Amino acid sequence: MRILLPGASGALGRKVAARLASEGHQVVGIDRRPWLGAPVEFHELDVRKRAAEDLFRKLRPQVVVHMATVTSLAISGEERYQINLGGTRAVFEHSRAYGVQHCIFVGRHTFYGAGEEAALFHTEDEPPLALNRFPELADLVAADLYASTALWRFPELTTSVLRACYTLGPSGHGTLASFLRGKRVPMIIGFDPLFQFMHEDDLVRAIVLTLAKQPRGVFNVAGPQPLPLSRVIVGAGRTPVPLPETLVRAMLGRFGFPKMPPGALGHVKYPVVVDARAFREQTGFTHGFDEVETLQAFRDAFPVPVRGP
Amino acid sequence: MDRLELPFNALGVDPYGISKPHLRVALTAVALAYRHYFTAETQGIEHVPTRGRAMLVGNHSGGIAIDGAMLIASCFLEMNPPRLAQGMAEKFLGRLPFVSEWTSRTGQLTGVPENAERLLEDDRLLLVFPEGARGTAKLYRDRYSLVDFGSGFVRLALKTRTPIVPVAVFGGGEAFPTIANAYRLGKLFGLPYVPIVAYGLPIPLPAKFEIEYAPPLRFAGTGNEDDAVVFGYVDRVKEVIASMLAAGVRRRRGEPPPRLPGSGAGAPESRGAGTTTP
Repeated sequence: MRILLPGASGALGRKVAARLASEGHQVVGIDRRPWLGAPVEFHELDVRKRAAEDLFRKLRPQVVVHMATVTSLAISGEERYQINLGGTRAVFEHSRAYGVQHCIFVGRHTFYGAGEEAALFHTEDEPPLALNRFPELADLVAADLYASTALWRFPELTTSVLRACYTLGPSGHGTLASFLRGKRVPMIIGFDPLFQFMHEDDLVRAIVLTLAKQPRGVFNVAGPQPLPLSRVIVGAGRTPVPLPETLVRAMLGRFGFPKMPPGALGHVKYPVVVDARAFREQTGFTHGFDEVETLQAFRDAFPVPVRGP
Repeated sequence: MDRLELPFNALGVDPYGISKPHLRVALTAVALAYRHYFTAETQGIEHVPTRGRAMLVGNHSGGIAIDGAMLIASCFLEMNPPRLAQGMAEKFLGRLPFVSEWTSRTGQLTGVPENAERLLEDDRLLLVFPEGARGTAKLYRDRYSLVDFGSGFVRLALKTRTPIVPVAVFGGGEAFPTIANAYRLGKLFGLPYVPIVAYGLPIPLPAKFEIEYAPPLRFAGTGNEDDAVVFGYVDRVKEVIASMLAAGVRRRRGEPPPRLPGSGAGAPESRGAGTTTP
């Protein structure tokens, strides 16, 4: 099949592109970021620009796997909004205009937000919560909801909206991996929320399976059971440092602690856990790496930085 | 502890985040309190199913929910094999440091219907106090009265085809004799209220706890019945608890049980020692 992959040069995008190409598909990647030595046809361009539409017109892809959304909070709010919402809009408009059959939006489970009053396991029919406390997530939530509107606006297009939990693995990319990068990882004293993560190769397999099974709808994607944050940190070979909330707030981005907006602290206090049964039932997905193996894979690739002699 | 039938993973964590080390500490503490401080006694434990979904429905009293802890201890210590009763925690508890951590690590999830339904579908033992925070807010003199029961627990039991085990708890009000509740002070700390005891310190007294389980009640339905029907079932559960409470209060005062003509007006017959103790 002819597959267009916006966001191809991200850590996960590269793996998806390589995997699809190895299965004999014709994969064309596009991204604003370069990908030197790409093993598939690759165009360094912005999905919102005319050149991208031109590619849709010429290539006439049958499948689009949209992975060109960013979570990095280092990018300014306005730009993130443009990339995440503007980009998603362009992908779906072009998909409809140029006869794409199946469009996969790869979103995130943080859609649901972290709140102490929510049910522990979120199902797909739930609205996003706690957005007021973490307004930086609004663009991703909007992109997810916009992608979901394709389900009724473009009935001729099969749309799969995936809400994937955190990934960990040898690439060391992703929100959770960045959080766990340092030797010491801050926690908020008295809180130890459940964290849900899966091996990055399992998410790649889940995306490839979505392509094969073409499930229409919105699906949470997760692997093994969640673990308390303290166990995740220890499992990754790091040291949890429980601190009072006010102190953590003041220390973010300093002393080797990760840089995060204050709203992100909600995700260190309360769990975001999804129920991924619907996806498993529709696609037959099962995870290949359990929670211990996934942590080990990250730990092996990113051992704790040790002091020199 | 190792005989608890919970699906712990290699790290001793179950899918709901229950952690074996935390559970060991918490259950040891409540077991000590159950056996030695409150010298608790349990009757009718055979009415709690050893496996499969079930809903324990009890009366609440005593400012802070010691009665919940004693019920959990009772199911852990008196059942064979032991079971973990999972309560539905008040939402404000999730905002409190340490309390949040310990409730979630010991399976006492936030009290929202979705959590309750999921636990029942997973064949767990659910502990419900339909009176909620209004129940623990009862003053000492009202300790054996019942305030309004919600109907949500019956709808959930109908929907998930779960047997309801009514349970009466004695001693909560004596252990924590509230003379007043400071609602404004509570608001300041994000709590529904702060219970005030006559002796000042918020420490429970070593009152004797008694826990009495009644035979399970099974109602047929879908959970979508009219309020009138559902409240009829709620009242039946409430009556069973109220009659156990009334008999138990007389027993605790040392009065003999009254001789009732015929069967005991909705009270369960197989209460074991309940009717014979002085």
